[in-house]
Order: sequence, then structure tokens, then C-alpha cells
Amino acid sequence: MAKRQKRFEVLAERPINKDGFIKEWVDVGLVAMESPNDPKPSIKIENGIVVELDGKRRDDFDMIDFSIADYCIDKRVAEEAMAIDSLKFARMLVDINVPRKELVRLSVGMTPAKLVAVLRELNVVELMMAMQKMRSRKPPMNQAHVTNVKDCAPLLAADAAEAGYRGFAEIETTVGIARYAPMNALALLVGGQVGRPGTLSQCAVEEAAELNMGMRGFTAYAETVSVYGTEQVFIDGDDTPWSKFFLASAYASRGLKMRYTSGTGSEVLMGYAERKSMLYLEIRCIMVTKGAGVQGLQNGSISCIGVPGAVPAGIRAVLAENLATVLLDLEVASGNDQTFTHSIERNTARMLMQFLPGTDFIFSGYAAEPNYDNMFAGSTHDVDDYDDYLVLQRDLQVDGGLKPVTEEGVIAVRNKAARALQAVFEELGLPTITDDEVERATYAHGSKDMGDRNVNEDLRAIDDFMKRGSTGLDVVRALAKRGFPDVAASVLEMQKAKVAGDYLQTSAVFDENFNVISAINHPNDYEGPGTGYRLSGERWEMLKNIPRAIDASQI
Amino acid sequence: MQVTEDLVRQVILDVLGAMGGDAKPANGVKPADAAPLNFRELGTAKTGTDRNEVVVGVPPAFGVAMTSTIIGIPHSDVLKEVFAGIEEEGLKPRLVRVVRSADVGAIAHDAAVLSGSGIGIGILCRGTSVIHQRDLQILQNLELFPQSPLVDRSVFRAIGRNAARYAKGEQPDPVPTRNDPMARPRYQGLAALLHNKETQHVKLGAPAVELAL
Repeated sequence: MAKRQKRFEVLAERPINKDGFIKEWVDVGLVAMESPNDPKPSIKIENGIVVELDGKRRDDFDMIDFSIADYCIDKRVAEEAMAIDSLKFARMLVDINVPRKELVRLSVGMTPAKLVAVLRELNVVELMMAMQKMRSRKPPMNQAHVTNVKDCAPLLAADAAEAGYRGFAEIETTVGIARYAPMNALALLVGGQVGRPGTLSQCAVEEAAELNMGMRGFTAYAETVSVYGTEQVFIDGDDTPWSKFFLASAYASRGLKMRYTSGTGSEVLMGYAERKSMLYLEIRCIMVTKGAGVQGLQNGSISCIGVPGAVPAGIRAVLAENLATVLLDLEVASGNDQTFTHSIERNTARMLMQFLPGTDFIFSGYAAEPNYDNMFAGSTHDVDDYDDYLVLQRDLQVDGGLKPVTEEGVIAVRNKAARALQAVFEELGLPTITDDEVERATYAHGSKDMGDRNVNEDLRAIDDFMKRGSTGLDVVRALAKRGFPDVAASVLEMQKAKVAGDYLQTSAVFDENFNVISAINHPNDYEGPGTGYRLSGERWEMLKNIPRAIDASQI
Repeated sequence: MQVTEDLVRQVILDVLGAMGGDAKPANGVKPADAAPLNFRELGTAKTGTDRNEVVVGVPPAFGVAMTSTIIGIPHSDVLKEVFAGIEEEGLKPRLVRVVRSADVGAIAHDAAVLSGSGIGIGILCRGTSVIHQRDLQILQNLELFPQSPLVDRSVFRAIGRNAARYAKGEQPDPVPTRNDPMARPRYQGLAALLHNKETQHVKLGAPAVELAL
């Protein structure tokens, strides 16, 4: 155009127009919830064996079909569940007179195409209503990412402590450089227990390394065990459903909590979506997870969010996949963990889908560092959004899992965490954390405020540390010896939890006294107004009291 | 419906056209056109015996059906930079086309297995890259460059240089990690589109092909 209209010039510069949008491309599966290539729901069971699944005969099953047919679908209720009209079941989901228990009894007997057919009937408000009722655990909670671009351990410890202190039930790290993983895991283990005893921590890296760290007691749970909705993508991931089952069993055998990860868009992003919709393929992932006997799933597109985010109704599909997870009676860590837009408005709108109804973990990674340090390539919300988030909780009287804190309190836990890790490093023969690093980590906004560590020296020391066979008990000993008996006790408690195994139950976390809070002892009992989780009493008093609110009695 | 290369190309052009309208796209995202590379195919790639070589693996569409990275670096320049990095360290680059996969981990690992030094580099059309070593698991790596929009010419050179240093048995400082939280919203939909184009050329189970420029 020779001459631009001035409003269009302004609009072109708005953040939203930096986002990428793609028109639906059905033939490769670049479509959110509905592809003409999605199969029609059907099931045939003979002698207790599924012989037809969504129009496909058993002879034609791929390995995902087999794992869904043989391990996930509850054959005792399948025929009853499949006979219910999809629209009728969708209405039951938003009917407060139909309890969660009855819905779950039936939904575990449905096929992937049937679940898609049900979910397609619900708009986003109805999806949220259903999520409010179907979430597994009664109180909603939150998970944080704790990372930095320098893999700087004292900063990780301080950030982990602040995250625990602010109320995150779980914290997750990953690495810039793969060989840093054990040191990052150590920093979260120590920092997390300083911030709030009972904070669960994990380190998302290559699966064998991740399991090794869990077995040694450096982490308390795992999440980044990815499953996919088509066979070829599984193969590209160097896996099969059965190798994932085996890995799940390995975690369970050592008393480690774990959930799988999947999300809409991964298959088409990896180029093998078999022309199916993203939601249909994601539901296959959820059912593989259920079939494995794993207690939960992280989904909500996750690292592929740019893909559903680029097509129409993609964000509705993301909420639908979260709902499908709880329909299968699993824990859901519901995404909101990856940047997907330049627009603040779009970002908040996407988050409200999980924030308003509440999920087991609204974020499966709120950035507990500035986003430039977020090594999951950026989360939707970061440390600079803390106060906005607290005000949203207060405005809407919604429990988003975070609590107001004081600056003094944050400084104290950050400092203690960095000092505790300094002591642990010295006792375990890891490269020194200097007093200057402790001071910087205490007051840092992010890794730009830290100096550079000697990377090669760190990496050599980590290799040696792992070769020596060090475990979580060495950390306990170091903390106890160096004047951190409370932190030592918490780290020890975390090791004991793996022997008891109670936190392997669905949606389990610990409170600060190491009591398990899960879907077993705190089941979601929502049945309309006046029931279920209500933000009230002591907790509401705490969340409404943001430090900046003016108190009439003080004027 | 059979998905042909022409159809894919047409749809990509349509989609990109729709993104931009008549004007340049507001977000400036559009893979540039560059001249295709004149590869000579020298038959099935063999495992090297020269300890001074680093094998660079590329997917089937590289330099042929697709010719530049997601930020518009021509594939000829990509190879020029990587090779220069390897040569600066006194080692020899060798180029193979991995036909069986468009997965960067698999491509890099196949390259490492074929490499006389045991070190390989995998580079996707859009620029995503990995430095790999033959005795690691496919999903492990020596260095990973997952955000293709951040892999520029200097990074490609550094990838070549560091791969050569690993091949010499050194422990180089890893190429500094880059992170752009806004790469995903801007590029991921497009990356999905491009990867679907890339995977159309994969032949499952086919052996790698030795290439010369």
C-alpha cells in the first residue's frame, strides 16, 4: 500500500501483531479440536478384549491403540459409557446435580474419539465449570520453574527458597548446560526446604539422568516423561508406550512421585500428526498415561503452546485437554508455563481458563525468576508479575496458590538458602560459593546480578561428585554438621517420604509439616454453590492482606 | 488425500501470503528464498576412520526443498560457517544427508556414529542444531541449540569450532546459551509448518547419503 491508514499503522505495532498466526491446515493436523480425519467413536468388546476402537479393528491397531485398549479403557463400563449421547454427557459435566464420582465412573470407559465428541460440545465457560467440579484435589495449587541462564547454583537456591516461601507446592528446574543437572537439583533441594519445608523439587533433563538423580534423593518427583499421540512421534522420541511404562515403574519402585507430560501440538510440531486434530491426539496421550498407572499428567500444550496458540480455538482446546485429564481421574498440572504471546491481554485471558476454576497445579511452571532466566524458554508469568497475580486473587476472591509476602521475609529465606548451599558445597567438595555470591543471590533480580562461575570447574566437580556415589543423605549430613539442623531435618524427611510412598497418591503434595494433601484425603467434593473448595477463613484473610493495602486504623 | 510436495509448497505460500497480505508481515517472519545447493551424492555414507573428521548431518530437505533457516540464513552460509569453524581448529568436515529422520537428535547422533572422531553435528533446515557424540544416548547431547531463531552465523561458526575441539579430546567452554522467551509466540506456529514440510522428505529406514558440494 502506498499510503497507510494511521490506525492500522498503530495496530501493526501492537504486541499482539508480533504473534504468529496460522490458518488451519487440516491435512497435516494443524487444527485444534476438529479434523474431518478424526475417527468416529466406537468400541467392540469380545471376551473382555477390545476388538474395535474408534472404527479401527484390532488387527490394525498401532502401539498407542493397544496400550489404550488393553490398559486404559475400563471395560466394565465401556459399553454403558459409549452408549450415552455425547451431548447428554457434556450436559452432565456442567450439571451440579451429577457428582464427580458418577462422571468419572463413566468417563474412564470412553474411547479417545468419544471424549473429543463430549468436549466439542462445551464452550470455555462450560469447560471451566466442569474443571471446577472434576479437578482431583480439593484445594488448587501451583508449581514454579526455578532456573537461570548461567546455571548459577546460589541463585537457584535463593530462587527456590523464595518460591517455596511464596507458596508454590512444587518447584522444577532444568539446565542451560546438560551436565549441570545434579548441581541444579541440589540447589533446589536445599533452597526449597529453606523456603517452606515440604516443597517438592524436580530437575527436568534427559530421562536416565533424571531417574538417577531421583534415586539418589536429589529430587522428589519427576514430570518431564513425555508421551505422544502418534507412533512415529514416539519413535522419534526414541520410545514406545512400553518404555514409558517401564520408566514409570522405575520411579514408583523408588517411591518417587511422577507424572507424564504431553500436550496439544506436539505431534504436528514433530511432523507426524496423521492428519488428526491436536485434541484427538492429546487425548490418546492422556489415555496412555492412565493406562500406565501414572497418577498425573502435565498438559496444556506446554512447550508446543505456540502451535495451538496460532490456530483458531487453540486456547479452548488447551483447556479441553486439561479437562480430559481430570475426566480420566488424574492429577493435572495445567500448563501456563510457556510464553505464547507478546500481548499481556491475551496472556492473562489464557491463564484465567485454569486460574478461575482452579486445577491441581494452575501453572506447571510459573517463572520464579525473570523470564530472561527461564530456561524452559520463558513462562507466561514471571517474578515481575507477582503483585499483579496477588491482586487478581484478591479482586476475584480466587485461590491461585500464592500468598502475599514481605520484603524482609524474602531476603531472609533467600540469604539462608544461599548460605546453606554454600555449606553443603564446602562439605561435599564442590567448587566454593563465595560470600559475595551469597550476598548477590540474596538481593538479585536475576542472573545479570550474579558474577560468572567457572563452568568447567563446576562441571568437572559435578562429574566427580556423581562418580563418588553421593546421595541425599550426604546433603543431610552436611547441613546438620554446618549448623542448619532444621534444613537437614526437612531434607531427611523428604528422603523418608520415598520409603513411606504416601505422596505417590493422585495430586499429592506436602504441607509444611509433611502431611500429605492428595485427592485421597482431600478429594474435590464440589457440587455447586456452597460446596467444594471455597476461599474463606484464615486463608482468605491471608490472601486479601496484600502489604500495599491501606489500613484505616493506621491513619 | 495425497500430500505432495507441490501442495505443501502451495499451502505454505498461501499461508505466508495470508499472514502478510500485500504489505510486509507486521512480525517480519518469512523464510527467505535462497538458491538451492548443488550437492553431489556419493552413495551410502560409511563410517569414517579418520580421527580428524567431524561429520555434519542434515535432513533430506536441507538445501534442496528448503534453502534457508527460519531467520533467513541461506543454507550455503550455514555450511560455510560450520565448516569454517571446524577447519579453524585444523579438522576436516564431512557432510552427510540423514534420510531416515528429520529429528535433530537422531540426525546429530547418526552423524556422530558415522564420524571417525565420534563427534557429529546435526542441523535442521530451520536452524535447530545439536553437537553429539556417538557413545551418548540419542536424546542426550554435548551441546543443544533448541531455539532456531537465535542460531545466527556466529553461533553456527562456534558450533563447528566446539565440535572440532570435542573431536580433539578437549573440553571447550560450551557456546554461551541464548534464550528468548518471545521466540515461541513469534515463530512456533511457523516452525510447525516448516517441520511438516521437512518431514515430507523423510524415508524411514533409508541409509544416510554422503554429500559433496
